[in-house]
Amino acid sequence: MAELNIAQAINGALGSALESDPTVIVLGEDVGATGGVFRVTDGLGERFGPDRVVDTPVAESGIIGAAFGMAIGGLKPVAEIQFMGFSYPAFDQIANHVSRIRNRSRHRFTAPMVIRIPYGAGIGAAEHHSESAEAIYAHTPGLKVVVPASPYDAKGLLLEAIADPDPVIFLEPIRLYRSIRQLVPDDPYTVPFGVAEIRRPGNDVTLIAYGAMVKETLEASEKLAAEGIGAEVLDLRSLVPLDADTIIESVEHTGRAVVIQEAPRTAGFATEIVSQIQERTLYSLAAPIQRVTGWDTVVPLRRAEHHFVPDAARIVAAARKTMES
Amino acid sequence: MLVNKLRCRITSAVMSEPLQYLSVAGDPVREIPLSVEDLLLLYGNMAAGRAYDRKCTALQLQGRLATYAPFEGQEAAQIGSVFPLTADDWVVASYRDAAAMWATGYPWVNLILSRTGDERGGCPPDGVRVLPPSITVGGHMIHAVGLGWAEKIKGSKSVAMTFFGDGATSEGDFHEAMNFAGVYGTPTVFVCQNNEWAISMPRDRQTASDTIAQKAAAYGMPGIQVDGNDVVAVAIAAAEAVDRAREGQGPTLLELLTYRVGPHTTTDDPGRYRDEEASHQWRRRDPLSRLSAYLASIGEWDEKWAESVAADTGADVERAVAEAEALEPLTSEEIFTAMFAEPTSQLLEQQRMAVTDNG
Repeated sequence: MAELNIAQAINGALGSALESDPTVIVLGEDVGATGGVFRVTDGLGERFGPDRVVDTPVAESGIIGAAFGMAIGGLKPVAEIQFMGFSYPAFDQIANHVSRIRNRSRHRFTAPMVIRIPYGAGIGAAEHHSESAEAIYAHTPGLKVVVPASPYDAKGLLLEAIADPDPVIFLEPIRLYRSIRQLVPDDPYTVPFGVAEIRRPGNDVTLIAYGAMVKETLEASEKLAAEGIGAEVLDLRSLVPLDADTIIESVEHTGRAVVIQEAPRTAGFATEIVSQIQERTLYSLAAPIQRVTGWDTVVPLRRAEHHFVPDAARIVAAARKTMES
Repeated sequence: MLVNKLRCRITSAVMSEPLQYLSVAGDPVREIPLSVEDLLLLYGNMAAGRAYDRKCTALQLQGRLATYAPFEGQEAAQIGSVFPLTADDWVVASYRDAAAMWATGYPWVNLILSRTGDERGGCPPDGVRVLPPSITVGGHMIHAVGLGWAEKIKGSKSVAMTFFGDGATSEGDFHEAMNFAGVYGTPTVFVCQNNEWAISMPRDRQTASDTIAQKAAAYGMPGIQVDGNDVVAVAIAAAEAVDRAREGQGPTLLELLTYRVGPHTTTDDPGRYRDEEASHQWRRRDPLSRLSAYLASIGEWDEKWAESVAADTGADVERAVAEAEALEPLTSEEIFTAMFAEPTSQLLEQQRMAVTDNG
């Protein structure tokens, strides 16, 4: 056990996968010599050499397309895209090839690979460096989409992703990389997909979040507790597969729900969760479901970024609103 | 399959003339380094490809197949290219490359099944290292880079060959694939069938380069222009490229000069954008008659044999069509079963909905 942040926990997972499985290849821009733009792969290039931790040309489509070929050919590539806005040039490869090969070959050829993408705002980064495009990937059939919110889950979910027989989009909340520390086992372990975690039990309102928003949501739940409102906080951990049962059970218990996402509001993943709740348990609701989201704007640059990213105050306000009825 | 002494000295330098062994009339312009047995194999495979191709166009006109992309005129380019491959090598092709795919083990019934509109066509027998064809243009070339790279990492001698057209070289993915292959020295053979037309766009409006082969120089790999309707030249050039890849000398770009004598697909009317006189001219450079003329000149031509090859393939394709048509379409339950190794809870729920809604 060691107390690690998310970046270190991911590094540990990659190191353990590279060590135990000779077919695992880490590739991406600057992942080797510099350890990646967020230093997540720090030291792995030295430990495993340039053939296992591969610095690639600046070509996202090429990285994903080559990794796809490797995966069909029996390797287990773990590709890094530096920022979510840079994943768009690779989207053709992801949506037209990676996500489809199993279906279009009816299981004959498969692409077991992991695409790691740091995502989200909150660190005042340059334009295109702050996007939350998880809904685009969750909306693409054939992909699993995973979003850890803690160091323990980051390691366990990544090892699960590497073991998975299908392509996994692994989203890493940029601003949580070094802001949370937690005891993480040294040995490898996995955290299953499709199992939400109740991060805080409560009786009055269910707050549903994932990734970077889990931290804000837990802060909000503290403030609500001080007001005598018992919030139950769910950390979804994976969007595809989605643990809808845990969401429904919690909402049936509390009768109220707030869904929190950092991404723009329209057609976001929160909308899917709201739909599931109303389809399955509308009559258990005591109040309309609220969403707390980013806006349908381009993520503002550093000086105005805070207007966009949901914070604890907005989550508290939305929870209070559900308590009014 | 071919011995090293057959090397045609592939080079990055722009050659004044495309590599050729047989003239348009079928006369040898240099010593033919293939055995009669090999030449008959090549002819037979080209004839099979043509029989399949014509059958598919006919079946499409009868409404029994979805839109079909014919490759008539490109038989030598496809059959010659795969000649040096073994069953351990990979083929990553596009939708116009059925002859190359079939010659490397992808059954007619799979090709036909795909053309009836059925995903099961994309599942060749276990062990066949031919991916289902890419339908989008250009995105698949990099897959042959990744496959070759994987073989290199695993320490095998397998190579990956990818087929694409002149139009695909305009895609950004062509650059990324060539660049990755060059940087990592992957055992990849890039086979560009320059058939002069990308639907309605002529080759000279795809690129301002004099040749497509010369693009190889920018990626640090050899490129060569080959008479793509001369199956001997194609086979020799491919053999050297495959040999280079197998021996760890990296990728090669082959530009095979050929012509799409038919339409882009069965829904296309080339008369709207090109002078069909050129098509008639190219039919006179036909790859099959060129080789048969040569075989006749050396006393190895048997018209009856050639007819029987075409007839046998026609019968094979008929059987494949019958087999494909006899297969029940995927059920509402089955469309969910190949998205993942194990369906997600969402898919299982939707499967229940689909099955219930459909009866």
